[in-house]
Amino acid sequence: MTSALVAHQITVHYDRQRVLDRVDLRIAAGETVGLRGPSGSGKSTLARVLALLHAPDGGHVALDGQRLAGVRHRLPAAVRTRVAILFQSPRAATDPRLTLAELIAEPLRATGTPREAARARARELADLVGLTPDLLARRPHAVSDGQLQRACLARALVHRPGYLLCDEATAMLDASTQAHLAAVVTDYQRQHGAGVLLVSHDAALLTRWATRVVELPAGGRPTG
Amino acid sequence: MTTTAPATTTGARAGRAPALLDVEGLTVRFRLRDAVVHAVTDLRLTVHPGELLAVVGESGCGKSVLAHALLGLLPGNATVTGQARLHPPAGNPVDLLGCGERRLAREVRGRALGLVPQSPATALTPVRTGRRLLVETLRAYGHPRRDADPAADRLAVEVGLDPADLDRYPHELSGGMAQRLVTALALAPDPPLLLADEPTTGLDRPLVDHTLDLLRRRCDTGAAVLLITHDLAAARRVADTIAVMYASRIVEHRPAGALFDAPVHPYSAGLLDALPDRAFRPVPGHPPMLTDLPPGCAFAPRCERATDTCRTAPAPALPGPGRAACHHPLGAPA
Ligand code: SF4
Repeated sequence: MTSALVAHQITVHYDRQRVLDRVDLRIAAGETVGLRGPSGSGKSTLARVLALLHAPDGGHVALDGQRLAGVRHRLPAAVRTRVAILFQSPRAATDPRLTLAELIAEPLRATGTPREAARARARELADLVGLTPDLLARRPHAVSDGQLQRACLARALVHRPGYLLCDEATAMLDASTQAHLAAVVTDYQRQHGAGVLLVSHDAALLTRWATRVVELPAGGRPTG
Repeated sequence: MTTTAPATTTGARAGRAPALLDVEGLTVRFRLRDAVVHAVTDLRLTVHPGELLAVVGESGCGKSVLAHALLGLLPGNATVTGQARLHPPAGNPVDLLGCGERRLAREVRGRALGLVPQSPATALTPVRTGRRLLVETLRAYGHPRRDADPAADRLAVEVGLDPADLDRYPHELSGGMAQRLVTALALAPDPPLLLADEPTTGLDRPLVDHTLDLLRRRCDTGAAVLLITHDLAAARRVADTIAVMYASRIVEHRPAGALFDAPVHPYSAGLLDALPDRAFRPVPGHPPMLTDLPPGCAFAPRCERATDTCRTAPAPALPGPGRAACHHPLGAPA
């Protein structure tokens, strides 16, 4: 069995417009793949397909050799929790009613982890991503974008995913927060042999962070 | 001791042209139920005609509050002290902090001092199309009726928006399109000074560059821009001068090239080191909470150069452009 998250011949249409046209992409365990391309090239769509959030119109996603059908919430938890995604805007992606501690622990609670164990794991992850305990009791409106994105990263790692997909996840952060989150992801990846996808427009960032870079041209057929 | 930087740069010729904006000792506090937020402290800056000044810092350092203080848009629990004078090329100088809401609303906001706000969604009226908003704004600032429609189209093109998209309602716009629309609205009165608060949020890279270059061109034709951003690469692309803000204070204020070549304040140096094309190393530790600033230099808990003096005596006030607010600034630029 191969440890990889693979997009096979993915085609996606929005309103009769073809966003992705038979795209292949492979993220092997332990590697960091950079994905770049002009706006409208379907980078984010491809990340959403790989995260099983969007069912493609053609092609399929395979996880560690197993062909997957259907979208995320239909799949067994053991499959779902193998792939995590982090978006550019943490505010759009979080429930404003939850405290940061609840936000981080929620995916564990949803899969039946007892409250105390989930809390302990949330504290451990909060420490890893650099959130001080006083911030954990706050809700999203009372923290900065950088602090909220740290919480989202902790949440993404809570199930120890084999694959982490970062869609412009540090684009709105200051340089120091970006470098810190990159270091957290890299450490996690080394420890767990995870595969990472970085969708970014920032050539300097991809050169520094990714182990290889794939170019997705407009119209969505990769060359790399 | 502080270090002087070479003070030559294209746009900022301090001392020659009179300053368009002159801020001295600006301090903003927010009173909460059980704490006081030190949002802006003893801030001093000038912006000259033709200058693009970028204020950079991490989110929550107070940089957005600065823009809102200058525009008189702070909530009721804010206390503002200090001086801020605007000297529009046409018209009388305005004491921004003392002239009162009536004058700000009638003569200053939009017309003399524009704002590209950070969250465009809340700045747009939901029941009007982009075109109607833009035409109303143009007419309010003296554009003749027959000319307003084509002028709206020109502004749309200028900010990278398809004029056809002006006929949509705000909820039909993507975040990036709404961002471009509020930029067009801020440009419509052609203000001599524009405050742009993270104006590229939600834009794709080509549009980020397009917007930054648009701001640069305004300055090249004599207007001025105060760009508030978390993005050092953006500042490097277009700014004449950069003010680095940390925990409510400007800690270094320099010509952009000089700052990138040889930062003087340890925080600026740390921020530059975090860039992916430099060391990609984060500044260790975390910024302090603005409700609970340390007694000495606010950067001391994270600073390698910190001494006992730093931990007890506040860092010296920024004496002016080209200096750092630091007890032990880094060596003089080569
Ligand atoms: S004043 Fe001291 S602690 Fe503050 S930045 Fe300078 S050297 Fe560091």
